Amino acid sequence: MLVYVIRRLMQAVLVMVVMSALVFAGIYLIGDPVTMMISPDASEADRAAVRTALGLDQPMWEQYLVFVNAAIHGDFGKSFLAGQPAMGLIFDRLPATLELAFASLVISLVIGLPMGVYAGLRPNSIGTKTIMTGSILGFSLPNFWVGLMLIMTFAVVLPDMISWWPRLPASGRGTTVDVLGVRLSIFTLDGWRHLLLPAITLALYKGALIVRLARATAREVLPMDYVKFARAKGLSERRIVGVHVLKNIMIPIATVSGLEFGQTVAFAVVTETVFSWPGVGKLLIDSILLLDRPVVVAYLVVIVFFFVILNLVVDLLYSVLDPRVRLESRAS
Amino acid sequence: MTDQALEPAAVAKPQTPFRRIVSDFCENRLAVFGLVLVAVSIFVAVFAPLISPQNPFDIASLDLLDAKSPPGTVSSDGSMTYWLGTDGQARDMLSAIFYGMRISLFVGFVSVAAALAIGTAIGLIAAYAGGRLDAFLMRIVDIMLSFPSILVALILLSLLGKGIDKVLISLVLVQWAYFARAARGAALVERNKEYVEAATCLALPTSRIVFRHMLPNCLPSLIVIATITLARAIALEATLSFLGVGVPVTEPSLGMLIANGFEFLLSGSYWISFFPGIALAIAIVGINLAGDQLRDVLNPRNLR
Repeated sequence: MLVYVIRRLMQAVLVMVVMSALVFAGIYLIGDPVTMMISPDASEADRAAVRTALGLDQPMWEQYLVFVNAAIHGDFGKSFLAGQPAMGLIFDRLPATLELAFASLVISLVIGLPMGVYAGLRPNSIGTKTIMTGSILGFSLPNFWVGLMLIMTFAVVLPDMISWWPRLPASGRGTTVDVLGVRLSIFTLDGWRHLLLPAITLALYKGALIVRLARATAREVLPMDYVKFARAKGLSERRIVGVHVLKNIMIPIATVSGLEFGQTVAFAVVTETVFSWPGVGKLLIDSILLLDRPVVVAYLVVIVFFFVILNLVVDLLYSVLDPRVRLESRAS
Repeated sequence: MTDQALEPAAVAKPQTPFRRIVSDFCENRLAVFGLVLVAVSIFVAVFAPLISPQNPFDIASLDLLDAKSPPGTVSSDGSMTYWLGTDGQARDMLSAIFYGMRISLFVGFVSVAAALAIGTAIGLIAAYAGGRLDAFLMRIVDIMLSFPSILVALILLSLLGKGIDKVLISLVLVQWAYFARAARGAALVERNKEYVEAATCLALPTSRIVFRHMLPNCLPSLIVIATITLARAIALEATLSFLGVGVPVTEPSLGMLIANGFEFLLSGSYWISFFPGIALAIAIVGINLAGDQLRDVLNPRNLR
């Protein structure tokens, strides 16, 4: 077990080094950030001064070494545009993204799980067919387009047509409250109004996945002996489903929710762009489009680290939840 | 038993595997509907220059007075009706959607075909070689699959720059690992079967055993993954184009058209974003509906 964890962590370090080198080299090759930053009619001397100030006049490998040396000390350079430390910018924005991802996780579970269990219990009812067809739509509809349509419906069309319909905001985070130094929207009504549309957009895909998974597992569990035995004992249907069936459905749901949490954070890039949600995803897109090198590299290092840890935790949790799974150290 | 008595004709005809698949597939009306949606999308994409009322790339035919006309408006020179309205540059949305579908489907099909070929080859080699090579290749696959495809594609495109060719490259790089893993899994099962043993005893060359004997038997599961991946690839390309790192403005795919309409959405010109999204949804839903049924039909566990 310990060998396995150490192996995985070493692999993680390797992946992070390779990724950062690749991205650094790639970003180095395309474009000159200076042209994006200062006005086109600046003199050649001004340009050179800016280059020297940012360290862009050094050869590429030297820039990379300087970057690695600083990165080991936790310094990922300053954003070319904001002038603040890149890592600080990312950690400033991270709570907004995590908040959005958590809200969408909760929404998808609250809606997806009951629907999936219902579909598993009554495989032939009309409700089930509707739910399953709906889940295919949830899979298929492009995420960003759903977001646009929600904006159109709830921020433009419905409030225009029906006078008492509340107009939901289409962008931003709304009023935030400081909780232990972290700004959060979920504790204010205004924050919730801003959070609702992006969270639903993000929850759609995951919700569809949870519906299908819950249905498949429920159908697998229902013919089992212990369910038959519970029935024979005369337990109420509510207790059988609510306790015995649900307990066994929760193992795969927990795993997939954990793995999908990473996907959600990644997909937040799209949702945040649509709703101008000030999270790390929006920051990444802006930085990519404006060639803000330090921020892109810093984001990448953070997200790779996040994913490696997440995958490791899910793997370890899995072996705890389900004793049949044995972690192999996979000697190569 | 009763079936045989009722349908003697069906018994007389020898049922080929292909015919079985077709008849099983048609049992689900929703899947057939999906197939029709796919067929319509492909038809529109292939014949876009012939059936479009206007060439949206021909700037001379655009009349800026007609910009942002709502659906059903007659053009200012009276020559045509904009059934789905026009966008900010007075392009007829219907024509733009036809041409956009062409680009979206082209990117989807080509990238999946390339990823299928590359991934399957790598998967088969890994399964047949085994040992260190297998462990090394599968470790790469594991790492690839542990990152969300949208993020990897986004980073790749931010490095490569814009362009259809670059979108294709990044989509292939994102998707090959799915095929490699599936092909390896299927090939490992096939490798222990008797026909491979027989072929080995005949001293056939390895490449022949792998590609002529094992590959055809691995194909069903790969085809299923290919349909799911195709739907994902089309959606991914649209998303990347929407974010501004995908196809260039001169070759607008459906995702690009939706992005163009974004700025007009809040002022009420819904049709510029709405209809390209519907077209995109038709293609993707169609592929997913058909793919879902294909998975059930090709699953050997469901053989009757």
